[in-house]
Amino acid sequence: MNYTLDFTPVIDGLPNLLWACLGTFTLAICGMLLAIVIGIGGVILRQSPLKPLRWLVIGFVELIRNTPFLVQIFFIYFALPLAGIRLDPTPTAIIALGINGGAYAIEIIRGGVQSISKGQMEAGLALGLHKAQVFRLIILKPALRAIYPSLTSQFILLTLTTSIASAISAYELTSVSQRIESDSFRSFEVYFTVTAFYLVISWVMMRIFALFSSRYFSYPVR
Amino acid sequence: MNQTINSATTTEPMISLSGVEKWYGAFKALDNINMSVAKGEKIVLCGPSGSGKSTLIRCINHLEAYQKGDIHVGGIMLGHGSKTIDAVRREVGMVFQQFNLFPHLTVLQNCMLAPMRSLGLDKAQAEDRARTLLERVKISEQAEKYPAQLSGGQQQRVAIARALCMRPKAMLFDEPTSALDPEMVKEVLDTMIALAEEGMTMICVTHEMGFARQVADRVIFMASGAIVEEAPPAEFFSNPKHERTRKFLGEILGRH
Amino acid sequence: MGREEFLFLLAGLKWTVALSVVAFICGSVAGLMVALARTSGIFIVERLTAGYIAVFQGTPLLMQLFVVYYGLALIGIQMDAWAAVSVGLTLHASAFLGEIWRGSIEAVPRGQTEAAKALSLGYVSRMKDVVLPQAIRISLPATIGFLVQLIKGTSLASIVGFTELTRAGNIISNQIFQPLTVFGVVGALYFLMCCPLTIYGAHLERKFLTASR
Ligand SMILES: Nc1ncnc2c1ncn2[C@@H]1O[C@H](COP(=O)(O)OP(=O)(O)OP(=O)(O)O)[C@@H](O)[C@H]1O
Ligand SMILES: [Mg+2]
Repeated sequence: MNYTLDFTPVIDGLPNLLWACLGTFTLAICGMLLAIVIGIGGVILRQSPLKPLRWLVIGFVELIRNTPFLVQIFFIYFALPLAGIRLDPTPTAIIALGINGGAYAIEIIRGGVQSISKGQMEAGLALGLHKAQVFRLIILKPALRAIYPSLTSQFILLTLTTSIASAISAYELTSVSQRIESDSFRSFEVYFTVTAFYLVISWVMMRIFALFSSRYFSYPVR
Repeated sequence: MNQTINSATTTEPMISLSGVEKWYGAFKALDNINMSVAKGEKIVLCGPSGSGKSTLIRCINHLEAYQKGDIHVGGIMLGHGSKTIDAVRREVGMVFQQFNLFPHLTVLQNCMLAPMRSLGLDKAQAEDRARTLLERVKISEQAEKYPAQLSGGQQQRVAIARALCMRPKAMLFDEPTSALDPEMVKEVLDTMIALAEEGMTMICVTHEMGFARQVADRVIFMASGAIVEEAPPAEFFSNPKHERTRKFLGEILGRH
Repeated sequence: MGREEFLFLLAGLKWTVALSVVAFICGSVAGLMVALARTSGIFIVERLTAGYIAVFQGTPLLMQLFVVYYGLALIGIQMDAWAAVSVGLTLHASAFLGEIWRGSIEAVPRGQTEAAKALSLGYVSRMKDVVLPQAIRISLPATIGFLVQLIKGTSLASIVGFTELTRAGNIISNQIFQPLTVFGVVGALYFLMCCPLTIYGAHLERKFLTASR
């Protein structure tokens, strides 16, 4: 009970921790980008007239959504080398994050496209625009607006999920904090501080997302 | 073909359908439709709900595919290749019951989009054209607003201007006033009447019988996917030939 | 992978289930408190619970488990990993369920509360007999969705050192050097637990959607 808190190791490790925040950001942003690519590709495949393709996408989404990320990242970590792909832990983690986030993105984006009424599509076609133009000029922005809240909270979740990448020693905040902890044995102090870091990171991301939304989606709706 | 063709015109019709059939699976939505619309002619299409009115005019700009028959628009045969479909869509404007304005674009941008992207006008030309037509539907002061900031009647007039910005040879209206509050119906009908007086070729699905009397050259009555009767409005209303037409008119005029 | 190893995984699975059940039940009780506090109408209580929720939603579950694990030891509570992880997951669940249920309490039309007040029902009866039964119905799909999150979240207990399914997988994988087989089986076991719940949740959501139309 006569434990005195000692934050010295944390303060000494501060530069390392701050750099590690950058690592976390890198994982998060690259993971997000990959997730968006997978999400859009998945939605397109999901609408393909070929039944096996549609089932493949559905199977992928359900497989990812119903298993823990930790198991997924282990699996990918061991599977990639067997497939002849040798990558460092950090890119491996990005791939795992992108695949995981992509599965959720597929469902979210699909909902957004479905939320746009058929009339919008038809009005565009009736004006002589091509399907691709209709999608790019008419469907995209309202659909993005519709999915923006769920997509961004999914991204925050993905950012927090980066901490699990420490399990394969990717370079990010949690793994760096674990190193400081095992050197100093000041477990509580280290993890408490790092938790606060994460809180700030997710808060900052939320602010950025909100700012972007007020800029880009400022048109009024009924 | 064209037994039903309007005898007043000798030139090629603006829009003609011959033997058009449309199926939804096993359900026949259009049954051997033959009609022809001359340049400058105004047609009012009416009939009970589900009779195929929307389906018919949506086939004309190929928002719906059809399985049999031919449709010609402005001399273009509406084939199934995308080239002629695009060409036809550039020639005919369409106004929807639910307006279908694009919520993320201002009124002006709504009107400029297709002329720029589909006709290749530059920005200045498109804006010029848009402002002129917004003027014509008497809504130019709302040009910078977004659709959600307008009343239903205003939105529908913008939708008309947006279609006109493509300088179409013909206009299709699918119940343009039935989603409107009663007090806004008149402003939209007035816009349509003005358009008719300028000589636009029009096919209007509507149950506004006053409009039909005033503007239509012919009224076409549909039931169960087929054209049952067609006649000039005076004759159509005073002396309907078919039992189904009489029943329909009884219902619709009795309601008003 | 032989029978021996598979049984070891099943033993881990047993602990995953136990953790999930304990955290969900305790988390539900605590989450109900959180939801009621969050909608209490008392400003300071509402702000505090909002902060509580924001902290748990804004930090990684792994960190929450670390802080609780080492924090409890620090204040002199000796616990084994199993108990510490249960506490951590319970707190985590209470925040998330609290937020889900706050949303559904607020989704019950105001007229319901007003009618109950007009009938001179007190707070307890108003909540217990009128608002909560409707709110629970509304929240069911999201609650089941969170239960799936929670089951998957128990896998992080392995990083803290508790031998549940994922850690069992790690151990076996290090013994027999067949990581893909082992983690494939581990993933399949999680899938078998979660997928029925996901399907059931989606079914309920569709049912409510069509009912509300
Ligand atoms: N996508 C579709 N799939 C199957 N059947 C359809 C589809 N669209 C329309 N129909 C059917 O085709 C028939 C004609 O529909 P249409 O919309 O053309 O009628 P309408 O005369 O415009 O009626 P309303 O006055 O209600 O607008 C209806 O019986 C309708 O149920
Ligand atoms: Mg219709």
